[in-house]
Amino acid sequence: MAAVAARELVDGEVVFVGIGLPNLACNLARATHAPNLVLIYESGAVGAVPERLPVSIGDPALVTGSLMVCGMADVFQLFLQNGRIEVGFLGGAQVDRYGNINTTVIGPYERPAVRLPGSGGAAEIAVHARRTLIVAKLSPRAFPERVDFVTSPGQRCGGRGRRELGMPGAGPVKVITDKGVLEADAATGEMVLAALYPGVTADDVQKGVGWPLTRRPRLGAIAPPSVTELRLLRDVLDPKGLFLKS
Amino acid sequence: MSMRDAVSRCVHDGDTVVIEGFTHLICFAAGHEIIRQRRRDLTLARLTPDLIYDQMIAAGCARKLVFSWAGNPGVGSLHAFRRAVEGKRGGALEIEEYSHFGMVARFSAGAARLPFWPLRNYMGTDLPTANPRIRTVACPYTGEALATVPALNPSVTIVHAQRADAAGNAQMWGLVGVQKEAAFASERVIVVVEELVEEAVIRSDPNRTVIPGMIVSAVVVEPWGAHPSYTQGYYDRDNDFYVAWEGISRDPDKLARYIDEFVYAVPDRAGYMEKQPGLAARLKAKQRRSDGVNYGF
Repeated sequence: MAAVAARELVDGEVVFVGIGLPNLACNLARATHAPNLVLIYESGAVGAVPERLPVSIGDPALVTGSLMVCGMADVFQLFLQNGRIEVGFLGGAQVDRYGNINTTVIGPYERPAVRLPGSGGAAEIAVHARRTLIVAKLSPRAFPERVDFVTSPGQRCGGRGRRELGMPGAGPVKVITDKGVLEADAATGEMVLAALYPGVTADDVQKGVGWPLTRRPRLGAIAPPSVTELRLLRDVLDPKGLFLKS
Repeated sequence: MSMRDAVSRCVHDGDTVVIEGFTHLICFAAGHEIIRQRRRDLTLARLTPDLIYDQMIAAGCARKLVFSWAGNPGVGSLHAFRRAVEGKRGGALEIEEYSHFGMVARFSAGAARLPFWPLRNYMGTDLPTANPRIRTVACPYTGEALATVPALNPSVTIVHAQRADAAGNAQMWGLVGVQKEAAFASERVIVVVEELVEEAVIRSDPNRTVIPGMIVSAVVVEPWGAHPSYTQGYYDRDNDFYVAWEGISRDPDKLARYIDEFVYAVPDRAGYMEKQPGLAARLKAKQRRSDGVNYGF
C-alpha cells in the first residue's frame, strides 16, 4: 500500500502528510521518483526532511532542517484554506461509497460503541486539498455503504455534490487499499474498482466492500513493489517495522 | 514561583484550563500539580487531549473536554477518555468537539477579542450536527455561507517554553502550535520554562519571543517539565512511554497505580525525575545549533 500510494505523488507537489502509512509513502516517493516533494505537516513543519521515521505528526525530527516552521493558525489559514496544498492523505475507520470518511464514532454519537479520535485536521483537508488520496485496508466493516458519521466529506454528502456544497478541492480521487485501487467516478462520484494487485480478483475486492462495487470495463494491473521500493521501506524508512507491521 | 504556588493561585475549581502544545512542549508538570491539588469540575480544552488530559480525566479533575483529536499520537487510544464517553457507562464526561482548524479559529477569535471566527469548512460533515456551536454566517460582501466557531477564552492557559526572563517574556522554537493565540485569549497565563535567562538574552533575539511578559501571571522554572512530551533542543519525546500508556490506560487499576506512584507520591517535578534515573541520559537532545543573525541597523 505504501509503495502504491507513493507512486501517486508527482515530483514537486505540495503534500499534507499524515502519520503512519502516508508518511512512509511520502518519504518513499522523496527517496525515489519525487525528490522535490514538499512535505507539510499539520504541526507546522513546512518542507520537512525527517532524518528518522516520525512516530508522531509532531516529531522533533520534522523541525530539524525544514524550510519553515509556522504556527497552526498559519498552517490552516495560509497554507490549507489559501489553496496551497495539492495532495492530502486521509485514512479512517470507515470509508463509504462516496469516499466519505468516519474517524469519529462507531454507533450513535451520544453513546458510541467505539469512540474514535475525531477529525484532527482531516475535515478541512478533505474540503481544501486540491485532491485527496484515501488509504485503508479492505473489510466490509471498514467499507460500509454509509458511514456512521461523516467526519471528512467525500464526493457526495447527503445526496449533494462537492461543488454544490461549496468545497474548493476535488475530494478523494482514489482509495488505495490492500487489494486494489478504487477511483471516484467523474459522473456519479461513486468509488469504483479501477485496478487490482497481482493475484487478486475483482470478487476478492468485492468481499471487502459493503456495497455492490461498480467495475471499470478495463481493470488496471498494479505492479508489485520493486526491489528498490521494498529495500527502502524495510531497511531505510521503517527498519523497526513501526508502520509496516500490518 | 514554584509550580505549587502558580497552580494554587491561578487554577481554580470550575475553571476552563488550557495546557497547550502540539506534541511539543506539553506541560505535564502543570497537569500533575493540578491533579495533586485535586482541582475539580474543570473544563479542559486542547486540540489534542494527549496523555496529560487522559490522566486528568482519570484523576477526576474534568467535568468537560473541548477538543479536536483525542488519541494517543502514533499509538492508538486514550482509554480513560474512551471509558468516560463510550457505551452505557458513557456520559460521565461532557464533550464539545471541533476539528483542528475549528479549535485554532476559536483561539484566534478569543485572542482578538472577537465573538467568533469565520472559516470555509464543515460543509458535508456531521460535525455541526454533533456540535450545534458550529454555525454559519452569510458573508456581508459576497453572500457566501461561511462556517463560524465561537471564541474560546480560557480562565487559564499554561504554556511550556524553552526559556523566559523573570518577567515572563518567553521564547520558544520548534513547533509552536497554537500557544500564542491560546495565551492571548486567556484571562491568566502561566509560563513554564526549562531555563530562566536574563532580559538581555531575550532582547538579543526578539523575533523568537512568542509570549510577552505583559500577559503573563506566573513564571515557573521547571526543567523536564514537558516529559513525556519534549522540548526541542533540550530533550526528545519519550515515545516508549507513549507506547506504554496503551497498556497502563487500558486497565483502570494500572492507571490509578500510575497516578499514585508518579503524581501523588512525588512532591514535584524534581521528585518525578528522581524516580526515573536514566531518563535524562536517554532523552537528552543532540546539538543542532542555529547561527544567530545580525539585528544591527
